[in-house]
Amino acid sequence: MIARAFVDWGWIVDHLDEIRDKVVEHLALTGIALAVGLAISMVLALIGLRFPRTLAPITWTAAGLYTIPSLALFAFLVPITGFTTLTAEIGLVSYTLLILIRNIVAGIQGVDPAVVEAARGMGYGQRRLLLEIEIPLALPVIMAGLRIAAVTTVGLVTITALIGQGGVGFFILRGLNRFFETEIVLGTALSVLLAVLLDLSLAALGRLLSPWARRKVPA
Amino acid sequence: MIEFLGDLVQWFGENWDGDAGYLHRIWEHITVSAAALGFAVLIALPLAAWLGHRGRGSLAAVSLVNIGRALPSFGIMVLALPFSIRLADAMPFIESGLGFLPTFIALFALALPPIFANTHAGVRAVDPETVEAARGMGLSGWRILTGVELPLASPLIFEGIRVTAVQVVATASLGALVAFGGLGRYIIDGFAARDSVEITAGALLVVALSLATGAVVGRLGRRLVPPALRNNRKPGNIPALVQVSR
Repeated sequence: MIARAFVDWGWIVDHLDEIRDKVVEHLALTGIALAVGLAISMVLALIGLRFPRTLAPITWTAAGLYTIPSLALFAFLVPITGFTTLTAEIGLVSYTLLILIRNIVAGIQGVDPAVVEAARGMGYGQRRLLLEIEIPLALPVIMAGLRIAAVTTVGLVTITALIGQGGVGFFILRGLNRFFETEIVLGTALSVLLAVLLDLSLAALGRLLSPWARRKVPA
Repeated sequence: MIEFLGDLVQWFGENWDGDAGYLHRIWEHITVSAAALGFAVLIALPLAAWLGHRGRGSLAAVSLVNIGRALPSFGIMVLALPFSIRLADAMPFIESGLGFLPTFIALFALALPPIFANTHAGVRAVDPETVEAARGMGLSGWRILTGVELPLASPLIFEGIRVTAVQVVATASLGALVAFGGLGRYIIDGFAARDSVEITAGALLVVALSLATGAVVGRLGRRLVPPALRNNRKPGNIPALVQVSR
């Protein structure tokens, strides 16, 4: 019995169109969550750096959101926003904040003060200093955070199948309902694969964007 | 809103006893989480400590971290079902391949990587000069591991166990999908019935239990850490804690 095959390859070949659609949906859900999460985190991190007193409450709030179990967070949202993409995205974005804020703050704080001083001396204003010196130099650390957030988000998207979204998580749920193992294995394997591919792509992007920083950044 | 809160209070007043009541569900939730976490610690901790002591297994630890983070807990929970049904078929003494067994297997699989990685990192992070000094004093390998390395690594090890415990309790809610009880029952059944009160009540219970787990396991862990090492967590001194897949 244990030797019985887990995967029916014929089924997979017959359903390539559907698989492609769900992969695209999965990447879209992940991409939106990361983009929105990065934008919110950037604003909050900059507020926290500019007004140091706000940094602790911002971090605590993000950490508080992070501790809510994912199923519970979606469960809290469903009565308000229903079984919608919005519900999924609110949950997914919430979980990116802690990692991203922490890494943006750490990255910018880690910029050599002498470099900042030199830029000031050359007449850089606050805005140019941030955009042209601090953020580019913090990029390796920010990208390391984005990679962790990306991998986490890809896995979390599968859970949103329970609220009618889910990308490749759809296969896991349908496989469970019909008790069809091929779909369960397919959904799980695709989720892991997407996480790994996204991680590698972001790593490559990070190297491309900061060619001067070849040394390794701890994730 | 007021009406909803009223319904919620009423729900908590009416659904506490019996096999489907939340007292029993909390008990089920704790039992499977504790069993899975206990087994994961029992297997991962000695292995990781020994490999860390011998200076081996770094690649395994790093790979486990990356794989662990990429594993979707939802997929693992559902995937555990066909496995446990086969297992129950092959072993007549197992009563059922549904419910407890797949939930246990999934939680065990999810708890293993972070406990292994954090224990390994903790042991490896012990200052080599301290180990050298212990060796110079004539301590055997075993005494160095149990008397020097493990105590020094204990803050990170217990913090890893705490974070993993919270995540295990959170993920145990998904056990409702594989016919397990636990607190996820209310959320999953509430989704199916579109019952906002039941969904919210279930979510509140899950959050409360995971917060309580973090507090209790954290306190137990601190008790076991040697007094001199308590509250000595300078960020730079301790390697970053490995996160758990969600």
